[in-house]
Amino acid sequence: MARTAKKKDVVIVGLGWTGSILGMELANEGLEIVALERGHDQNTVPDFQYPNMIDELKYGVRLGMMQKPRNSTLTIRRNVDEAALPYRSLGSFLPGIGVGGAGTHWNGLNWRPQLSEYRLRSHVEERWGAGIIPEDMNLQDYPVSYEELEPFFDRFEHVAGISGKAGNLNGKKIEGGNPFEAPRSREYPMPPMPVTWDGAKFAEAAKAAGCHPFPSPGGIASQAYVNEYGMQMGPCNHCGFCERYGCYNYSKSSPQTAILDALKRKPNFEYRTHAEVLKIEMAPDGKTATGVTYFDEKAGEEVFQPADLVILAAYQLHNVHLMLLSGIGQPFDPATNEGVTGRSYAYQMNGGYTMFFKDEVFNPFIGTGANGMSIDDFGMDNIDFGREGFIGGAYWRAGQSNGQPIRSMALPAGTPTWGAGWKKGIGEWYGHSMSIGSHGSHMSYRGNYLDLDPTYKDRHGRPLMRMTFNWQPNDIRMTQFMKSKMEPIAKSMNPTSMQEGFKKDGAMYDVRPYQTTHNVGGTVMGDNPKTSAINRYLQAWDKHNIFVMGAGAFPQNTQYNPTGMVGGLAYWAAHAIRTQYLSNPRPLV
Amino acid sequence: MRDVPGLPSRRSFLKASAASAAVVGVVMQAKAETPSAPPPIEEYQPVCLKPTEWAFVMAATARLIPSEGEGPGAIEARVPVFIDKELAGGFGEAADWYMEGPHDAAAHPFRGWQSPLTPLQIYQQGIPVFDAWCQQTHGKIFAELDAATQDKALTSLQKDEMKIKPELRDFFTILLQNTKEGYFADPMYGGNHGMQAWKYIGFPGARGSYKEWVLKHNVAYPLGPVSISGERA
Repeated sequence: MARTAKKKDVVIVGLGWTGSILGMELANEGLEIVALERGHDQNTVPDFQYPNMIDELKYGVRLGMMQKPRNSTLTIRRNVDEAALPYRSLGSFLPGIGVGGAGTHWNGLNWRPQLSEYRLRSHVEERWGAGIIPEDMNLQDYPVSYEELEPFFDRFEHVAGISGKAGNLNGKKIEGGNPFEAPRSREYPMPPMPVTWDGAKFAEAAKAAGCHPFPSPGGIASQAYVNEYGMQMGPCNHCGFCERYGCYNYSKSSPQTAILDALKRKPNFEYRTHAEVLKIEMAPDGKTATGVTYFDEKAGEEVFQPADLVILAAYQLHNVHLMLLSGIGQPFDPATNEGVTGRSYAYQMNGGYTMFFKDEVFNPFIGTGANGMSIDDFGMDNIDFGREGFIGGAYWRAGQSNGQPIRSMALPAGTPTWGAGWKKGIGEWYGHSMSIGSHGSHMSYRGNYLDLDPTYKDRHGRPLMRMTFNWQPNDIRMTQFMKSKMEPIAKSMNPTSMQEGFKKDGAMYDVRPYQTTHNVGGTVMGDNPKTSAINRYLQAWDKHNIFVMGAGAFPQNTQYNPTGMVGGLAYWAAHAIRTQYLSNPRPLV
Repeated sequence: MRDVPGLPSRRSFLKASAASAAVVGVVMQAKAETPSAPPPIEEYQPVCLKPTEWAFVMAATARLIPSEGEGPGAIEARVPVFIDKELAGGFGEAADWYMEGPHDAAAHPFRGWQSPLTPLQIYQQGIPVFDAWCQQTHGKIFAELDAATQDKALTSLQKDEMKIKPELRDFFTILLQNTKEGYFADPMYGGNHGMQAWKYIGFPGARGSYKEWVLKHNVAYPLGPVSISGERA
């Protein structure tokens, strides 16, 4: 029998970026809040301290900050004809564990989507007609406009502490920034970070080719910074240990550096770690949730936590899993293209060139996760989808993030993978290469979705979630377009040799190599309850006291790293809860 | 005189010391600064690997990263010590992984790790299978073959010419991966002895502060590595 805990006004599932944001915003309303985090507690001191944190084997290779598949994983298949198999060891994507979540171990790249991305279906239909949309693509508009979201992007960027250079201030183009960005109401909180040799070389070549390079915006402090909560960041020292690590220097944006210490001081906020939520419980009428049941790891028992408001703020995959397990929204069925929970899982289509320069020195260990120079000349807004034969876009970036030698050892094609030839190769080429990455959008399809696995169970006896996912021709055409545009720019830099890594026709999803932890969709936001699980305020259509944060809301993935959008949407939803919902709890749409 | 199976041949030791005087100097220096210099690798007592397994790991890593040429080999870097320790710990027993059945070990490789075996079990079962193949094909177990034949046998293993059973098909992959890990990981894990591998490629290890060098474009960073425990090389 589950123990029942003292009732709270709000229960928050997961204490990463969105759990911290909602915790702070709702605590400021005077509500009694408990956040439940399935992982451990972790703080900059002592958990991320120098020098123990910058240990490539422990964190970069053995993935010390990531969730343990033994405790939580899913199954994966490429299509409905395949039997799904467990994702037994982490590869393609790396969900985090512990307080701070993925916001602790990310690279810090922070973006706002391009204007066309919020209304992509309408944009395509207006300019080229619905005829260019592939039959199996579930292309949808976001149910909220950029103009509505702008103040919330701005808020998140100023809380998180983002360094960058505006290229469009209230419609006025600013030299040195991104001329293709949507208009922002004010400058970035901090000036951009200085750029390493690889970024500078790329910017020069891109400019010569007629493109418009700008410093990559990121949650890496270029100077001392204090945010609205009184949280402080210190200037980054380019140690080259961002992604997969916690920052020892208070320089990388994270829940720890931006929110948590201020939040923990609030008497009406409490958080419990090692508390894994198993299910969201429903009132007999099925219209609202009554709270959540979680497993208290320390006590070894189940606990029912009653609450008036349930905020799902776990990682995208876990939010979808919990909704499927709890009967929130009709599960998606690819046979009929009906149902909403698990619909439109999407990923990211990335590619790039690596270039080797025999006589140049890059010092690759000098880096940050958001280092370098980017261009948006091949972004969504700038591509004629009708002419090019795909829907999508990409931003490109060159900026080394680390020189950790176990994982970051680019060698020219043909170098042996072991033996004397390999040893000679690493001596000759470590520190003499750079790369340009194309970070591309990924559309949503009928065949890419999430549901419950019929065979495999987790340690609590619950069915694992099942991912059905494969690469699709539209996105492969997009990335091949990027290759054709990038090749001449890479060549113009006169490398000793160069090699490409873009997906080709017929590419099958390989779960082994790390690709990206930009898993999106599954709890899509929309205007129509038949094609979305949550409304424009991230409120579950059929259970009005459940709000669902995170990238699960994306109807299809944007061409950018998702955190900026995730943070903006969290502040947008928090605002709606504060100003519209609390005084009169009801469906807001 | 015949070399002891599994110990690096006297020949390769001689070659290593003759060809890499600079590296030997580094080792001496690191030893001078480290009060508890480890015993010679041939005196190391494995905590996890059985004698025949240890002999194989010594011999195989000595070919995967040989001593000849510039830079340390796996033996000078004490990679076998690293592998023994890793297999004795959480990695060896797949402590973090989801290992529940049913297993489909023969699934397409793109589907990831599907063997029911842990990494340690893969070494334990893979080594005798490979040694038996070497015996049958080349007349001796792997550790007793000459270097050129060892290279040929490892290539066969990498290309799976012996059609190893699916449960063991990641044997070569993890052996090579663990060898490179032991070469480049912080020395506290038993390999990368004296940070020789970091010094060879020019990685400064755990220095962690490069602000003054970001804009020194195309100018080599001048300082050598430090380890997490504060060693310098």
